[in-house]
Amino acid sequence: MIDATLVELSRLQFALTAMYHFLFVPLTLGLSFMLAIMESVYVMTGRTVWRDMTKFWGLLFGINFAMGVATGIVMEFQFGTNWAFYSHYVGDVFGAPLAIEGLMAFFLEATLVGLFFFGWDKLSKVQHLAVTWLVALGSNLSALWILIANGWMQNPVGAVFNPDTMRMEIQNFAEVIFNPVAQAKFVHTVAAGYVTGAVFVLAISAFYLLRHRHEALARRSLAVASSFGLAAALSVVVLGDESGYTITDNQKMKLAMIEGMWHTEEAPAPFAVFGVPDREAQTTHYEVKIPWVMGLIATRSFDTEIPGILELLALSEVHIRDGLLAYEALQTLKVEPANADARETFLQHQDYMGYALMLKRYVEDPRDASDQQIASAARDMMPNVAALFWSFRFMVALGFYFILLFGATFYLCSVHRRPPRWLLRVAFWSLPLPWIAAELGWLVAEYGRQPWVIEGVLPTFLGVSSLQVSDLLITIAGFMLLYTVLAVIEVRLMVKYIRRGPDAEGDSGEFSGLSPAFEDNPAWRGQ
Amino acid sequence: MFDYEVLRLIWWALLGVLLVAFAITDGFDMGVAAMLPAVARTDGQRRQVINTVGPVWEGNQVWFVLGGGAIFAAWPALYAVSFSGFYLAMFLILSALIIRPVAFKFRSKRDDASWRARWDGALCFSGVVPPLIFGVAVGNVLQGVPFHFDSDLRPFYTGSFFALLNPFALLCGLVSLSMLVLHGATWLQIKADGEPAARARGFGMVAAVVVLVLFAVGGLWVSQIDGYRVVSDLDPLGPSNPLRKEVVTEAGFWLHNYGRYPLLLLVPALGFLGAAMALAGLAWRRGALSFIGSKLSVAAIITTVGASMFPMILPSSSQPGHSLTVWDGSSSEYTLAVMLFATAVLLPLVLLYTAWVYKVLWGRVTEDDVNEDMY
Repeated sequence: MIDATLVELSRLQFALTAMYHFLFVPLTLGLSFMLAIMESVYVMTGRTVWRDMTKFWGLLFGINFAMGVATGIVMEFQFGTNWAFYSHYVGDVFGAPLAIEGLMAFFLEATLVGLFFFGWDKLSKVQHLAVTWLVALGSNLSALWILIANGWMQNPVGAVFNPDTMRMEIQNFAEVIFNPVAQAKFVHTVAAGYVTGAVFVLAISAFYLLRHRHEALARRSLAVASSFGLAAALSVVVLGDESGYTITDNQKMKLAMIEGMWHTEEAPAPFAVFGVPDREAQTTHYEVKIPWVMGLIATRSFDTEIPGILELLALSEVHIRDGLLAYEALQTLKVEPANADARETFLQHQDYMGYALMLKRYVEDPRDASDQQIASAARDMMPNVAALFWSFRFMVALGFYFILLFGATFYLCSVHRRPPRWLLRVAFWSLPLPWIAAELGWLVAEYGRQPWVIEGVLPTFLGVSSLQVSDLLITIAGFMLLYTVLAVIEVRLMVKYIRRGPDAEGDSGEFSGLSPAFEDNPAWRGQ
Repeated sequence: MFDYEVLRLIWWALLGVLLVAFAITDGFDMGVAAMLPAVARTDGQRRQVINTVGPVWEGNQVWFVLGGGAIFAAWPALYAVSFSGFYLAMFLILSALIIRPVAFKFRSKRDDASWRARWDGALCFSGVVPPLIFGVAVGNVLQGVPFHFDSDLRPFYTGSFFALLNPFALLCGLVSLSMLVLHGATWLQIKADGEPAARARGFGMVAAVVVLVLFAVGGLWVSQIDGYRVVSDLDPLGPSNPLRKEVVTEAGFWLHNYGRYPLLLLVPALGFLGAAMALAGLAWRRGALSFIGSKLSVAAIITTVGASMFPMILPSSSQPGHSLTVWDGSSSEYTLAVMLFATAVLLPLVLLYTAWVYKVLWGRVTEDDVNEDMY
């Protein structure tokens, strides 16, 4: 039987490294596009302030990008080091988008990002602009392929288990690519990245305006951030709704959890704005509900029912018993690959084999499971309701807050020459919020999928490598040490460069092209 | 278009291509980083040396990430067994590769001697550790690694980290490290000038001699150790299930392929020739000759390993029958075909823009340049 401590530590390490990596990804996604927009304005108008903006925000982008690359490498190899059974079980499917990501996206951004920094004097304006756009394109394509891989974990389409090789294999790659869950996740995630980039630029520009420093650069940056951010914030909410719509088919449990909905509600189901989900009592206390809203979001109809947690649990038990038939047939096929009867039985029941594997937490051989163990395994399909319930609500609230924030700055920027000081203060203090929203989104998606690593196919606990607990303790300690040191250095560097601002001539040289006193540049003074 | 056998062969070759591409491109910047404290003494010199690789190391490192992705997609069993088996060694490599990007990026961000010295140390660590460990890993693969599968094909690794550090593996580690130091040294001959290039020349000549000697010693040693021979029928078109064959160990079997196909002997011969060319180029101060020589030697030495072991990919010392081979360790035919199509479309594009970037950055980096440039 698999060591439960090993499983917990493997999950902890993955969560730590993935959530840490995801601190840098959204900013790269958003900022790369904003750099491309700023530089486009520079190339079109020829005004050097826009080039200086591109260089200044590009410097901060570079610090963040290096951290994203460094922590991303770990992700590429961690499936193999810590999730060896998972890697073998689904590598045929899951590995392909990861490899294509490297080939199509990561290569593009990593090869060209060097030219972004070093190429200002070596390339023509248009060539350099093309490089900047290609870096932005590369980082966004990267997100596309990663989310195709992740979308497949949530909704494993286009693949089937092969009893001869004991693993999942691709049947139809187009289905894997055009997986509706993957597509919805992609647009939602990159839009969240754009919001992050926009809030970052907005908050720092607000800081300069409050201090009356670098006003020309800050005002223009604020304008770019608020318009880009408003569009992004609107899309992130609308496209997040699209994600909510797509999970209804394949991840009913996640939806019921998010909703804290224990019993199937009559359609259209209400949306609980507030409540205290209680796992023991299997009810949600102090619920405040808005009628119809959930039914409309999740099914876009008035008459489709959304199943409750308890109904889904009852169904799980049926699935487990069905899956056991497939499991039994597979054991026969292991010794007699040519047994036609067993193959037939397997094909009939293979959709639910993953449910039988859930029993491996309780018995070595699922065929020996008692009724009580089957009931326990079914109960395991229910993750932590309260965590999901609240993560989701905070994330959505933040999503609406960003629309308000960008809407207000956008409006006040267009009507007045500069937004009022209170709004600048609010904008500055909003700096950490997009990261919180992004991490909560990750939590809803990944934690909400538990106990599955591949929904309905492979339980998380089975996916681990056969390592010792001591191995995990060493690497968790190592990663934490390394990541903490790097986080401290990164934040201090960011603060240092933000404080110093764009016009100081520094030792970094990265700004060597900046005119030290560009605030006095007559080309745009008084605009 | 291609049948399963051909697809597997192509992906075996592509695995080699990716490893060679990684070693040739990222190899010189690791070699440069490993020598950094020794060849560049002043801050100006260090910035000069770092700037020779500054704009390109990031793209180079993608070959490593791509190699990881390609192994995952095309050889999932290899990906699962090797990375979980070499767990702590992998952790060391990953730490080095985490430190490297930030060291490059952060070093120049403060004008403070002790800050920069710390990042120089970090760069040196990240240049020494990965080549050394990759070499040690290859040395262990050649001897067989203690792993087996259960009937669900769950891999189990029964060795320990310290068992990896055996004499033969350490020899391979040294070959790997010295070949990349040589490669870094020849790179500096064409990209740098002044004292750093001169010092690198000295290190490079030593490294070239070490490569020549140790590669020869390694060859003699391999003739003594056990190779792995598949003795049952292994269908090149069959499903990828590593439990359906028999394998025995046989001393000197890794030289067997050279007996069957004598032309293969050209591969190790090119390894020697390349290192000798690099040595000659350094001695006669012909930078381009030495760089081409070190490239050739890196490529040929890595290919030698593959050519000796074919069709074996990862032999198991504890359960030889569970070893992974080209014919039972791959992805499905469909996945290999899809991936081949993606590679055929995308890899030429990658090579095209990579070549463009190198062209834009063509030319030597002098110590005067760095005062106005980054790092």
